[in-house]
Amino acid sequence: MKNKTAILIAHELKNYFHSATAYVVLVVFLLITGWFFASPLFLVGQAELRSLFSTIPWIFLLFIPAITMGSITKEKTSGTLETLATLPLKESQIVMGKYWAAVLLTLTGIIFTLVHLVTIVLLGSNIDYGAIFCGYLGLVMIGAVYSAIGIFTSSLTSNQIVAFIVSFLFIFFFVIAEFILIFLPGPLVEVFQYLSIGYHFSNISRGVIDTRNVIYFLSLIILFLRLAVVTLESRKWK
Amino acid sequence: MIRIDNLTKYYGSVRAVNRISFQVGEGEILGFLGPNGAGKSTTLKILTCFLTPTEGNIFIDQYNIYENSTKIRELIGYLPENNPLYLDMTVYDYLRFIGELRGLSQTVFNRNLRNVIDKCGLTGVVSKPIHTLSKGYRQRVGIAQAILHDPKILILDEPTAGLDPNQIMEIRDLIKELGKEKTLILSSHILQEVQAVCNRIIIINKGDIVADGTIDELQSALQGKTRLNLEVIAEGFEPEELKSSIPKLDILSISANPYLKKRDDIEKEQPDNLYLVVEYNSEEDLREVIFNYFKNHNWTILEMHREFMSLEDLFRTLTIERGVA
Repeated sequence: MKNKTAILIAHELKNYFHSATAYVVLVVFLLITGWFFASPLFLVGQAELRSLFSTIPWIFLLFIPAITMGSITKEKTSGTLETLATLPLKESQIVMGKYWAAVLLTLTGIIFTLVHLVTIVLLGSNIDYGAIFCGYLGLVMIGAVYSAIGIFTSSLTSNQIVAFIVSFLFIFFFVIAEFILIFLPGPLVEVFQYLSIGYHFSNISRGVIDTRNVIYFLSLIILFLRLAVVTLESRKWK
Repeated sequence: MIRIDNLTKYYGSVRAVNRISFQVGEGEILGFLGPNGAGKSTTLKILTCFLTPTEGNIFIDQYNIYENSTKIRELIGYLPENNPLYLDMTVYDYLRFIGELRGLSQTVFNRNLRNVIDKCGLTGVVSKPIHTLSKGYRQRVGIAQAILHDPKILILDEPTAGLDPNQIMEIRDLIKELGKEKTLILSSHILQEVQAVCNRIIIINKGDIVADGTIDELQSALQGKTRLNLEVIAEGFEPEELKSSIPKLDILSISANPYLKKRDDIEKEQPDNLYLVVEYNSEEDLREVIFNYFKNHNWTILEMHREFMSLEDLFRTLTIERGVA
């Protein structure tokens, strides 16, 4: 007997690749990241991944809500949520199936950017593999957090556009938090700094893997997935 | 087998189901009848653990929906209202997906699949994407999905809604077939459907159960009187004489039979070929007395049949008139 979450993940991934979603999203993602990698390479003659690591979190801001906006909303509009929820499944299994599929699709995008790493290995010297590894680890973490937020917002509504915009706003808050610090009164600064994704990401991508940062990412993931499960369960007593 | 106990469900401040209780025995085919918005689907959704009741509980054997929701969902096969399906998938992939989520092993799945495809008449369409299928076939896929794990209890929420008359007949035949081996609850707002398929009916209106029983029981319970339609050839028939010989009988109408008119009837004031509609109290069967009355006069009874109040009348009485009152 196969693991039910695994069955749901496979089902979800098939859906992504059966429809145009996966292809469109991946192609656009690779075009944009390709541009951000290639332009310094040819214009400045600099072969590095730093610009890639700093732009991908921004690209994910659009890319991941686009992946997740349909994941639970579509089940709601088509009514198949009722089929799923009346099978002997737990809500958490449904949410985890959706979540891991979104993370795996994001990961596919990240893996494709390894082409740029190959370019650098071929062209450059003095490559700091440790920093690159940490940068990628940071990207994966960010992708995982954004996906959790996206899954949560798609559980809130049965309208894909609303799901997209709300998850964009949620993620935008965590991204923008570090840029509004100067406008905040003293006591709030630390709170917002701790909340901002950029603060933790920059730590990791500098090559410092601190448990504080890892705990930050993990707690956001768990929080939003838990919220998604609660939202799904709330249909029962509404 | 299924015991619904004092079930109440509020959506916000709107009451959908109001303290309903009933039981369903093993092998019963129960028709759950009511106008749209009566609380049928809500009850079924609670039974399938999609919703939680505001109050009350449902027991299936020794399990209940609060503590054994997973077990209950394993026991039940469910076709939700509007038959939601993954339209992009092929019939096979869809059934396989459901089978895997139901935890069926490969051998059990293969055996059940063959069985289900056979029963639901899906042989020619197994490898087709669901969105290419007609509504009737989609309904069969929905039912196939519900019976794939060979559940003891089958719940179908408006299984024939939106189908054409031929498809409705096909689906009804399928349901009748399934009813032979399973405990079946079927919801509908169409009377003929329930009448054709079910052996017991529960009528629900505005969240309350307004009737519960077999079709015959419901009809005679509501109608204290039996109406008899007679077609006779009676020369020199006098209504007063009939009334005085059988005082318990009410004659509702007498009319000439237009189809059996003899030529010489036209001149007569009182024609021989008559339609009679009479009524008597249901507690006492007067058919034999009436027959003997005509026999003693050497008259002929061409036809005699009881007329039950149609289920439609019953339904309307229960759901509209009482609802207004």
